[in-house]
Amino acid sequence: MLLPAVIIVFIFQYIPLLGLVMAFQDYEPWLGFLHSPWVGLEHFKTMFEYEDARQVIWNTLVISTLKIIFNLVVPLVFALLLNEVYIMKFKRTVQTIVYLPHFLSWVILGGILIDMLSPEGGIVNRVFVSLFNIEPIFFLGDNDWFRTVVVITDVWKECGFNTIVFLAAITSINPTLYEAAIVDGANRWQQTIYVTLPSMLPIIIVVGTLSLGNILNAGFDQILNLYNPLVYKTGDIIDTYVYRVGLLNGDFSYGTAVGLFKSVISFILVVTGYRLAYKYANYKVF
Amino acid sequence: MHHYQKSLSYKIFTIFNYFILALIALLCILPLIHILAVSFSGSAAATANIVGLWPVDFTLDAYKKTIGNENFVRALFNSFLRVILGTSISMAFMLCAAYSLSKSDYDFKGRKIYMWFFVFTMLFHGGLVPTYMVVTKLGLTDTIWALVLPSAINAFNLILLVNFFRTSVPKSLEEAAIIDGANHFTIFWRIYLPISVPAIATISLFTIVFHWNSWFDGMIYMSNVKHYPLSTFLQTIIVQQDFSKMSVDAETLKNLSERTVKSAQIFIAALPMLIIYPFVQKFFVKGIVLGAEKE
Repeated sequence: MLLPAVIIVFIFQYIPLLGLVMAFQDYEPWLGFLHSPWVGLEHFKTMFEYEDARQVIWNTLVISTLKIIFNLVVPLVFALLLNEVYIMKFKRTVQTIVYLPHFLSWVILGGILIDMLSPEGGIVNRVFVSLFNIEPIFFLGDNDWFRTVVVITDVWKECGFNTIVFLAAITSINPTLYEAAIVDGANRWQQTIYVTLPSMLPIIIVVGTLSLGNILNAGFDQILNLYNPLVYKTGDIIDTYVYRVGLLNGDFSYGTAVGLFKSVISFILVVTGYRLAYKYANYKVF
Repeated sequence: MHHYQKSLSYKIFTIFNYFILALIALLCILPLIHILAVSFSGSAAATANIVGLWPVDFTLDAYKKTIGNENFVRALFNSFLRVILGTSISMAFMLCAAYSLSKSDYDFKGRKIYMWFFVFTMLFHGGLVPTYMVVTKLGLTDTIWALVLPSAINAFNLILLVNFFRTSVPKSLEEAAIIDGANHFTIFWRIYLPISVPAIATISLFTIVFHWNSWFDGMIYMSNVKHYPLSTFLQTIIVQQDFSKMSVDAETLKNLSERTVKSAQIFIAALPMLIIYPFVQKFFVKGIVLGAEKE
C-alpha cells in the first residue's frame, strides 16, 4: 500500500536531486548531463560576483526576517486580545472572517491588491488623499514602499490562520493557575504577563524556531504576483530570480546553482530549527 | 469566568479591545466587498473610480461577459477537473501510505527508513529548474498529470495522517478484527477510514485549496492556454496583463481589460473557497490543533 506514494516521491522529488549536477556544469540540452562540460564551482562564483545576485540574497533576508517577526508577534497579540472576548458570537464571527484570507490565493489577492493600491484611483489612495491631502502613492511601483507592502499584506493574509495555534495553546492552560493568580490579587493584565505568556512560551519557541527554516523563503507566490520590473531592486528574491534567469532566460545551470545554494542553506537552517525546537520546547515532528 | 473583574481600566480595555478586533475583521473582509461592489457596478462608474463598498449603477454585465468568455469557462472546467482528480489521487495515495506508516516498528520493519524517505523531501529539494526538467522529460507538459502528480504526496499532510492514525485508532479494535480474520484492506476500509473522518476532511480541504489556488505549475507546464487552470488564466490576464497567448479579437480584449470584468473574474475564482470554507472551518481548527499537540 506504500508503493504508489514511494514511486511518486521518488520520481518527482529524488530524481530532480540528480539534476543538481547541472549546477556544476555548463548544461547544454542537446548534450545532456553525461556530456555537458564540467565547470566546477564557476556558477557559484558568478553568483557572488554579480551585483544583482547579492542584492537578491539581501532582499530575501530583509523581507523574510520582517515577515517572521511580524507573523509571530501580530498573531500572538491577536490571540491574547481574542482571549479577552466573552461574547462567543462575536469571537466566532471575528475568527471566521480573519481566517478567510489564508484560503485565497496570491493570484486572487494580487488582483485585488493591484486594483486597490493603484495610484490611479485605487481605493487606498482615494482614502489617503482625502484624509491626509497627499499625492497618490504608487505602492507597488515604488522601491521605498514595496517591502512594506509585501510584509503588511502577508501578515494580513496569514495573521488569522497563525492565530489558531496560539489560541489552542491558551485554551490548554491549566485554569487553576489563574485561580491561584486571582487569589494572589493579580488583575487581568498581571495574569496575562505572569500566567498566560509564560505558559505559551514553548509554543512561541516552536513557531519561532521552525520559521527559521523559512528565512530564504520570502514568498515566491506573493512577490511574483505583486512585483514588476520597477521594484526588482528591493523586491526581487532568490526564488523569483531563479525563475527569471533559470526558466525564462533558459540559463539552466546558473539557475540550478542559485537554487542549490538556497536549498543547502535552508536545509541547514531547517535542521537547526528542529533541533532547537526539540531542545527547548520538546517538539517532535513525528 | 472572569465576570467579577470589573475595574474601570478593564472596562475601558474591553471596549477598546472589541473595537480593535472588529476593525481587524473589517480589514480582512472589506477588500473582498469592494471587489464585489466593483464587479456589480456599471463600467463607467468603475472607470471613474467612484465605487466604494456598494455597487454604483448595478448591472450583471460583467458576469455575463465573463461567462461568455470561452477561455474563462474552459479554465474554470480545467480547474474543477484538476481539483477532483488531484484531490482523489492525493488522498488515495496518502491514506494508503499513512496506513502502512502508522504500524508499529515491530509490525513494519523499515518503517523508520520510509518515514525518513518522505520527511527528507520536506528538508531538501532539487529546486525549480531540475523539477521542471523531470516533468518535461516525462512528457507531462500540456497534460493534467503535470498538475496532479508532482504534488500528489505532501510530506507534511502525510505526517498529520500518520499521527492521527497512530493516536486515534484503538489498537484493541484492530486486534479484534485481525482475530476475526480481517485483512489489511478490510481493516483500513472498515476501521481506519471511518474513525478518521475529521482528519480526512481537514487534509482534503487543504488539498482542494492547494489545487484550486495553484497557478505557477499551470504557467510553466502548459504551453497552450486551452489547458490553463483558472488561477493560471487569471494570473496572465489580471496580474501580468499578458494577452499575447490569448489570440483574441479586439472586442474580447476590451472586455478582458475592463475593471468590472476583472473584478467579476476575481470574485468567481474566490467563490468556491468562500463557499466550502465555513463548512469545514470546525474540522480544520480541530485538525490543526490535533496535529500541533505532541505527546
